[in-house]
Amino acid sequence: MWRDAVLVAGKDLRIEARSRVALWQVVPFAILVLVLVAFAIGPNESDLRHAAPGIFWIAVLFSTVLSIQRSVAVESGEGTRDGLRLSGIDPAGIFLGKAAAVGFQLLVLQIVLWAGVTFLFDVRVHIIWLAVTASLLATVGLACAGVLYGALSAGLRVRDTLLPLLVLPVLAPVLLAGSKAWQAALSTHAGTGAQWLRLLIPFAVIYLVIGVVLYGPLQEAA
Amino acid sequence: MTTLVPNDAVTTSASPAGPSVVRPRWLSVVGVLGVLTMIATVWLGLWITPPDQVQGNLARLLYIHPPIATVALYWAGGVAAAGSLLYLWPRTRSLFWDRLAAAAVEVGAVFSALTLITGSLWGRPVWGVWWTWDARLTSTALLLLLELGYMALRRVPADPAIRARRCAVAALLVAVDVPIVHFSVDWWQTLHQGGTILDPGFHLHVHGSMLWTLLLGFISFSLLFVWFLGVRYRIEVLQDEVGDQELEVSLSERWSETNAIGTLGSSTSPDGDRS
Repeated sequence: MWRDAVLVAGKDLRIEARSRVALWQVVPFAILVLVLVAFAIGPNESDLRHAAPGIFWIAVLFSTVLSIQRSVAVESGEGTRDGLRLSGIDPAGIFLGKAAAVGFQLLVLQIVLWAGVTFLFDVRVHIIWLAVTASLLATVGLACAGVLYGALSAGLRVRDTLLPLLVLPVLAPVLLAGSKAWQAALSTHAGTGAQWLRLLIPFAVIYLVIGVVLYGPLQEAA
Repeated sequence: MTTLVPNDAVTTSASPAGPSVVRPRWLSVVGVLGVLTMIATVWLGLWITPPDQVQGNLARLLYIHPPIATVALYWAGGVAAAGSLLYLWPRTRSLFWDRLAAAAVEVGAVFSALTLITGSLWGRPVWGVWWTWDARLTSTALLLLLELGYMALRRVPADPAIRARRCAVAALLVAVDVPIVHFSVDWWQTLHQGGTILDPGFHLHVHGSMLWTLLLGFISFSLLFVWFLGVRYRIEVLQDEVGDQELEVSLSERWSETNAIGTLGSSTSPDGDRS
């Protein structure tokens, strides 16, 4: 299973490295979200600083949808899914591999967004361990839940409109907990910020387990 | 609409056996009981029970809000999750479970919406706001959105077996939110109160006629849930049957039109608005 996962993740990341869709479409889109939400809130610096964690996670969430759509699109070519199924690779391995590839892209994206938030909204992360832990846990959850829903909507003609409707409510707890944890990490004392990690941990674990168990049946349905 | 062929000819050729699901009698009994207990709940709740010491007449809304929420969360969520699990389990795989789960999600969506509506009607005078970003409210709203997502997924045309499998997975993912709603009051402790009727030691906190009214409310909404579920299940079966016959019907319609035109020797084009 793990070897299969590494294979699939390597394949997806190689495709990304060559096509550069994530780099030239997803990352600029995420930065665009930062700017647009900032426009909506207005130029008041204290407002923006207060909203920065939320804006960061909104950008991450929307970009997750794009990354998932991309991750599904990679497999949507003629017969690609059948090829993947016929290759004898463990479905759980495919799930973990695709989730790992999406997760890696999301981590890179978050680093860029971190820089963006620091630059645009003049905020500084004071408690680095909290921000990093929250981001890592959130990434696992986002990637697993996202890939699962991606598989659910794969092969549908209405995929692109259906996926956001299905996946965004599911990802809402990550938005909530991530924003709260980052809010605490941006201030000088952790306060209740660490408590929100307790929401991110079960979220990541639940979707990881559900994905490993249910990806097989889902793949047959696609 | 002018038809060149008698309509019954088309329908009889397309559905020789008629619908395969008859309306079971027990379902109608449950429905009648549900409506009767509902009337009794309204009567007790509005006229017989005294106003609450603290909330006055507003407390009357609490005879229906907790029962509706219970149906939305536990009954609908439970049936949807169980049905989906049983469908995915190879030994119990049958479209019965799939349809039951689908019916439960749809009825659950209605009750979730009602939960939010009755809750905000009560929240406006008591809390002073229609809506607050409380953990239980937010997670219930999420539940409704997830259920709407499931219904959107279900409407996507697909082979019944494939659709069933896909929807079963989606329903299980929706069900993840149910324990979150349940425990939200304990985990976050925001505005919405925790379990009030029974505390963890199973001591009752509601008294006299109020308790009986509330209990009747629970029974009534549970009966209504079973009734809705049964009716919705039946619609699901009929829908699938209609779906199967649709192509057949339209084909035979087209054929009979062509034939009729041929025999009449008419040069006019057939009606464009025939459905």
